[in-house]
Amino acid sequence: MSAAGLPILATLVTLLLALGVAAATAGPRLATLGTAVLCALGAAIDLLYLAGGATPQTLSLPIGLPGQSAALALDGISGFFALLLLLAGTAASAAAMEDHDPAPTAPALPVFLAAMLFTLLAADAVALVSGFELMSLASFILVLTHHRDAPVRAAGLLYYGMAAIGGLCLIVALALLSGPGIGFAAMRAAPPDGWRGACVLLFVVIGAGSKAGLAPLHLWLPPAHAAAPSPVSALMSGAMTKVALYVMVRILFDLCGPAQPLWWGLPLLAMGLASAIIGALRANLETDIKAILACSTIENVGLITIGLGLALAARAADLPALAALALGAAMLHILAHGLFKAMLFLSAGSILHATGTRRLSRLGGLITAMPFTAAGLLLGAACLAGLPPGAGFAGEWMLFQSVIAAVRLGGLGLQIIVCVLAAGLALATALAASAAVRLVGVALLGRPRSPEAAAAHESGPPTRWAILLLGTIVALIGLIPGAVLGLAEPALRLLGNAALSERAGLLGITPHDHGAGYAPLGIALLILLATLLILAVQRAWAVAGHRVGPAWDCGFGAPPAWLPHGDPLTQYGGLSFSQPLRRVLGPALLFATQRVDMPDPGDTRPASFSARIHDPAEVLLFAPIGHLRARLSAFADRLQFLTVRQTLSVIFTALVAFLGAIALLEQL
Amino acid sequence: MQKLGYGTLPYDLAHLLGAVVLLLSFALLSQRRITALIDTYALQSWTLAAAAAWQGYVQHAPHLFVTAAVALIAKGIVIPFALHRIVTKLRISRGVETALGIFQTMALGVGLVALAILVVLPTTMESQALTREDLATALSVVLLGLLMMISRRTALTQVIGFMSLENGLILAAVGVAGMPMVVELSVAVLVLIAFVVFGVFFFRIRAQFDSLDVSHLDRVGGAHR
Amino acid sequence: MSALASLLALLLHTALTLAAAPLLTGLVRRIKARMTGRTGPPLLQPWRDLARLLRKQPVVAEGTSWLFRAAPAASLAATLAACALVPSFALGMITADSADLLVLAGLLALSRAITALAAMDTGTAFGGIGASREMTFATVAEPALILVIFTLALMAGTTNLDAIAGLVGSGALGLRVSMALAFAALGAVAVAETGRVPIDNPATHLELTMVHEAMVLEYSGRHLAMIELAAALRLLLWLSLIAVIFTPFGLATATGATLLWVPAILVWLAKIAILGTVLAGYETSRAKMRVFRVPEFLGMALLLGLLAAIFLFVSQGFAQGSH
Repeated sequence: MSAAGLPILATLVTLLLALGVAAATAGPRLATLGTAVLCALGAAIDLLYLAGGATPQTLSLPIGLPGQSAALALDGISGFFALLLLLAGTAASAAAMEDHDPAPTAPALPVFLAAMLFTLLAADAVALVSGFELMSLASFILVLTHHRDAPVRAAGLLYYGMAAIGGLCLIVALALLSGPGIGFAAMRAAPPDGWRGACVLLFVVIGAGSKAGLAPLHLWLPPAHAAAPSPVSALMSGAMTKVALYVMVRILFDLCGPAQPLWWGLPLLAMGLASAIIGALRANLETDIKAILACSTIENVGLITIGLGLALAARAADLPALAALALGAAMLHILAHGLFKAMLFLSAGSILHATGTRRLSRLGGLITAMPFTAAGLLLGAACLAGLPPGAGFAGEWMLFQSVIAAVRLGGLGLQIIVCVLAAGLALATALAASAAVRLVGVALLGRPRSPEAAAAHESGPPTRWAILLLGTIVALIGLIPGAVLGLAEPALRLLGNAALSERAGLLGITPHDHGAGYAPLGIALLILLATLLILAVQRAWAVAGHRVGPAWDCGFGAPPAWLPHGDPLTQYGGLSFSQPLRRVLGPALLFATQRVDMPDPGDTRPASFSARIHDPAEVLLFAPIGHLRARLSAFADRLQFLTVRQTLSVIFTALVAFLGAIALLEQL
Repeated sequence: MQKLGYGTLPYDLAHLLGAVVLLLSFALLSQRRITALIDTYALQSWTLAAAAAWQGYVQHAPHLFVTAAVALIAKGIVIPFALHRIVTKLRISRGVETALGIFQTMALGVGLVALAILVVLPTTMESQALTREDLATALSVVLLGLLMMISRRTALTQVIGFMSLENGLILAAVGVAGMPMVVELSVAVLVLIAFVVFGVFFFRIRAQFDSLDVSHLDRVGGAHR
Repeated sequence: MSALASLLALLLHTALTLAAAPLLTGLVRRIKARMTGRTGPPLLQPWRDLARLLRKQPVVAEGTSWLFRAAPAASLAATLAACALVPSFALGMITADSADLLVLAGLLALSRAITALAAMDTGTAFGGIGASREMTFATVAEPALILVIFTLALMAGTTNLDAIAGLVGSGALGLRVSMALAFAALGAVAVAETGRVPIDNPATHLELTMVHEAMVLEYSGRHLAMIELAAALRLLLWLSLIAVIFTPFGLATATGATLLWVPAILVWLAKIAILGTVLAGYETSRAKMRVFRVPEFLGMALLLGLLAAIFLFVSQGFAQGSH
């Protein structure tokens, strides 16, 4: 069965594409169901393939460029990413069936999945770019599902622009690599060096990084995820950003070969740290639940990229143990984050479905009305917050271990960088914990803040099954991270030429030679025993039962009859919860400003308070680029009104400049 | 003389005392009250005295005990006492006026320490471990003193910054074996003189302005030009 | 036999911890009272409070969910699990291999998150303000804590608490500057995490100055007993942690002679009593700071942690160890 992995997965791509076409004509709900079934089937095949040792397989397609057939391949790396994709795809398509009008998403959803799978299976530059671009296009269409709303159109436009730039950069990077041929095998045989290698690194980081949501190219993520239907957000956040990371891993680790300099890791570390901190901080400040989750995706992509950067540097410094640890952390977090974030988005979709709003300030008290969704959101938030023994903690623990080990990479300068990295990583994870508490505390707990929240109801079986599926897997990953590392083992061998198998077992992960490490099952057992002890003591000595009374609230009166849940304004909400953090970290990291307008006594003007934050990428990168574009267009405008002599001299100067450039290039 | 290296008590204790002096430099930067600032300075001087005495014992250099005594009596007791008097007598406001936020100053301070280490370590590769790291610590203390002088507004805090800078100089001097003691005494005397000069300075400013904020002097200078 | 002995040591450790935690709280209260010229409650008062609270039926605020009722036990369980990881009198307990500092930080974060969520569940302004401030303080305390762990891990080569304590105790590290800096940073983090003056006041009666107390304002009866026990355990845990990292002498080994456990327990109790006295003295000499001064205080702890790591890098001992 595992030997036929690639042909089956390739057939799956075709079938999914066919389903996309069929959805337009046949029933959309049936097509979505078919997508879920196909994905589940593919995930099972892929799991068997990975468990069976993941021997690399190749396949030539009868289509492709003239004279060349497109090549597909399946190995440990693509197999691992495909597992995540297919699992998230199963759950997301299952949840998509619940949509009261599945027609707009039904054709593009299977195409989106097929494109991502094709990108993972691609084994030449043209196939990779085709898959990547089809993925961008399909997701763009899906983001625009509710295109009648102006914010959705704006988000779609921003997304389209970033995807276009990213795709272009990726094409340039692959073109730079394709000197000896467009097949991956040919590229591997002639790895780039010198300035060519540096250019490849730059363009891959921009091309794949913009899709993955790495700072400073992350601006499209929150609006696009908020605009897309929830199953699509789940796929984009859970799977698509990981496919972008796969492209980065494939090119930087695999195609560029192991003989790259150590500094290659540094851009990844810097961008990863910036993403982690900015993403986590923004997750504390956003007021739209799906934007919060999207910002947290930026954070987690940052964490994964830090792991990849460390692995790249460690491989260059010939420290295979460190490379394996960092890669293992990245791989574990890729799978864990992909799945728990998909679960969180599906839960958020369920809330949106039940209340009709994504705004934190209109939610509250949903835990009683929506127990299933609440359980999914709680489990996901625990992973998001990196709490043991959740799935988020294991990856972060390994990441910290690899950061600590990374001081061996080089001299004092590098060591200080690693030190800052550790502190920044801690800040990001603590911020994520705060964001998770805020999300759960405001959306699920307390009193309802609006009639919609008070009248919320649980979602139907498809969403519940999807959340249950993802929740079970996420809980298992948290308790047995060693199993995931076992599945990632072939990938680790291919990427870092190193293994973690003797360090990660079913019982835990031990990074060093002595037996100490992280044993999630043991920790879970310890918590369980402590709980049992507490319950026993409570049973033996405490008075049983409880009475219900009005909240003490330091003497505040009971709410009036016309406000059955009390005045929503007396409750802490999303904005008030994050006010201290905005005040402490906002000015330094997010250009936060606040304006208090207090009228003089006797003045009847209302007092006002306004607080604004600006993403640093917006202020430092995009605003200057915008200005530059305006200046350039003004300049181009002037060129329209030149005299004949001036026009001729412009053409002449351009000609001479091109000739000069050619002469210069020939010298090199 | 005992071998000085990691894990031996003479080395570790000297190193630790130097670090405490540095730590107190950071404490100086973090203070928001004048009186606490003066007390912290006194504490730094005492630690310096202990460091000098320990070096005197380790290096078998009796003159370092004199240095220690000078540091203890002049800088640990007399000057803080006098500064406290000035604060009460001039009724100086008890808060420290900062030109730069406390946390920003501290972060800048850590950067300066890293800079000091990066500068000192490679240039002293040949010498003893103790000398190297003591020099790095001492240079850090000097830089932090300078930072204090530029990041705090009132004259009194600047004087304390200056004196803490001078503590760093002494720390460097006692760390190097065989340093003649003339230097230390002269440096100590220099501080006393500077102290007197600054003291007179205070009274002048006090007579003219209702504040010890030296930025007022800029305005006077501008008016004369 | 060794597995049995290490299990026995863990059980004894847990029993001692549970017994000593309220006593430590009582001790600190008593010393603080004495220092401010009051007689203070007897040492056993926290135990009596717990017993009294257990006999009272809790009143649960209207509109709260199951999470509010389950939170005290869950939070206490996480704290208790964390306590089982921090050695008191003996190294090599059965949990020794899992006694990872990062896991410890994670378990404390778990307990904190549960309490904060329960506070949000009350739907009152005070619960919200407490939760919001607690999470903010935790956010600024975490980097400092991680840098301390980072420094210790660089010295010992592992984040395992047992191994670190064993190595420091063996004297192989000597007196390190980094240790002094890490001690100062960890002390500041401990003050923040246990909610003591100057960060928070465990005895405050003014709602607006509350942080931790504001979160648990709505609890009563056995729920409040669990919350109070968790707070006491947390204080003991932090003092034990500081004791075992920075003064790891007089420790027994779980697999060694059982007779040596007795003096080791006495030494541990003495260490905790001394640290508790120091804490009480520090608290008495300080005024509680404004909420927005706290990030500055913890920022300094962060910088101390950074300095500790930097000093470690320059020290020859580490450079030799790495090449």
